[in-house]
Amino acid sequence: MAQVTLDSIRKVYPNGFEAVQPSSFDIPDGEFVVLVGPSGCGKSTLLRMIAGLEDISEGALSIGDRVVNDVDPADRNIAMVFQNYALYPHMTVAKNMGYGLKNRGTSKVEIERKVAEAAEMLDLTHLLDRRPSQLSGGQRQRVAMGRAIVRNPDLFLFDEPLSNLDAKLRNQMRIEIRALQRRLGVTAIYVTHDQVEAMTMADRIIVLNGGVIEQIGTPTEIYENPASTFVAGFMGAPPMNLLKASVDGAGRAHVEGGLAVEVPAGATGDVLLGIRPEDLELADTGDLQIDVQIIEELGAIRLMHGQIAGQEISVAVPKDQPCSTGAVSLRLKTVPHVFDAATGRRL
Amino acid sequence: MKWLPILLLLPQLLIIAIFFYWPAAHAVQSSFYLQDPFGFGSTFVGWENYADLFGSAEYRKVAWFTVIFTLLVTFLSLAIALLLAVKADNVLHGAKTYRTLLMWVYAVAPPVAGFIGLIMFDQTFGPLTRLFGQFGWDFVLGVNFNDTAFAMVLVSVWKQVPVNFIFFLSGLQSIPRSVREAALIDNRSGMSRFWDITFPLLAPTGFFLLITNITYALFDTFGVVDTLVKGEPGNNPMTLVYKVYVDGFRGNDLGGSSAQSVILMVLVLALTVFQFRLVERRIHYT
Repeated sequence: MAQVTLDSIRKVYPNGFEAVQPSSFDIPDGEFVVLVGPSGCGKSTLLRMIAGLEDISEGALSIGDRVVNDVDPADRNIAMVFQNYALYPHMTVAKNMGYGLKNRGTSKVEIERKVAEAAEMLDLTHLLDRRPSQLSGGQRQRVAMGRAIVRNPDLFLFDEPLSNLDAKLRNQMRIEIRALQRRLGVTAIYVTHDQVEAMTMADRIIVLNGGVIEQIGTPTEIYENPASTFVAGFMGAPPMNLLKASVDGAGRAHVEGGLAVEVPAGATGDVLLGIRPEDLELADTGDLQIDVQIIEELGAIRLMHGQIAGQEISVAVPKDQPCSTGAVSLRLKTVPHVFDAATGRRL
Repeated sequence: MKWLPILLLLPQLLIIAIFFYWPAAHAVQSSFYLQDPFGFGSTFVGWENYADLFGSAEYRKVAWFTVIFTLLVTFLSLAIALLLAVKADNVLHGAKTYRTLLMWVYAVAPPVAGFIGLIMFDQTFGPLTRLFGQFGWDFVLGVNFNDTAFAMVLVSVWKQVPVNFIFFLSGLQSIPRSVREAALIDNRSGMSRFWDITFPLLAPTGFFLLITNITYALFDTFGVVDTLVKGEPGNNPMTLVYKVYVDGFRGNDLGGSSAQSVILMVLVLALTVFQFRLVERRIHYT
């Protein structure tokens, strides 16, 4: 168990491509951190640098009190779970789980005890003599978890471990992984492109885009106060509405088509107003009128897709309220988020 | 409709029958006869041809040489190719160039390879003969038994390494990257990672190459042997296959030569069964 510190970590490939711009953050002991972002944002590169599978171009990485930039992956006392499980196909489940221990000189009896213990925890005891090819996707995933657990590592690394599973199993494993990490109290870094996984599993989320950290915060912070239009659009489903508006001399932002709200001092010129679909409600005399074209039935809510003066907007309506296409009047429930239209940063 | 599958298989069956079963049956038949060298007739002699072979010290010597030759050529071809493939696999850039360069050697026909060996080991201007001379080794190809055997092994191995290399390299590259990375986290020693993870995962490729290489060393080296002994076996080493040719077509002993090829057939059959029964059971195809 250990804290992890990244100090201006940077990754530049030999061809000059900067995959990760200098990034710094601390992960306290026992925290579950999720790195989330679209593909190619540098999240996997960052994880692989922490694992020691990629060289760190610049900066210092510490696990515990030790700078590990030049330490072999095998000596970092980490365990990694890969997207395609990366089990050794020629070894039984028991051998797969014990291989790392064997190479550290752990005694046979001790290995057997630890493997049995982990297998018990993951409900794998009856599968210990099987080979990976004889297991289902979910079972392989659990073996990969078991292989990580038996090593009793300082740090768990997860590289999109659930993306090869079907939706139902994914939900189940999401909870299992989270519960296991809580129980063991081991620091964990989890990479995913799925914002639902990030929101549900993380103590803290790190949102990455184009090799840059956009925001670090708890799921609530990220959802309630997105630092940029990127975070606002990426986190949350359905995504936040972003409406173009211009600020007048009196400090009010006007959206074309009839919405005017107070904005924080300092906001001038063109801005983007961020409004989550659930922060709008139907009202007879509302703040804005939209023209609804499509209604999506999602069970718990209905999603109305419409336009306001040519800009797309979506609104979540609880299932017990009637809704129809055509002209609809809406009211704002909260103060909208305000972003600079040029930089995309929060104002 | 019942006849359609048979009709479609017929061309292939005909080819097998004409070029394999028919000659094989002929060989079995003539191995029980003593042929007149001028082709005027033949006499049934039963097992006598076989008895002669097993009683012959020369045949045992050739068989013994063939065993050693096959083991050496197979082992060296596989080992050298594996070493090169592992090294080339670490170098991602330019791997294609290596592959192409090495592939050229594979395109060389065995007699041509033998001929290149002939030049390299030439008594007066051969660069390898001169090199060995520097170290005080008076290399005499075609006269000294051991020197000739050495040249045969060297040329045969040189000829076979490229094809093994290609297979090993593609085998290595088909091992998932994440499996190797998982091993990197589980094991700090590169050597033991190779034996624990890479080598077992390469086993299907290795097994296939083992069989093809043994077959190569036993049969396809004919051209190399023929060129290096310059068609004059004399005291020179030769393989069983070459002896079939020498006895049958140079010595006109068709019966004895047929008996030899029947023995070879049985040998290869036994070897293949043995390999599939014993070796393949330990291999896990993923």
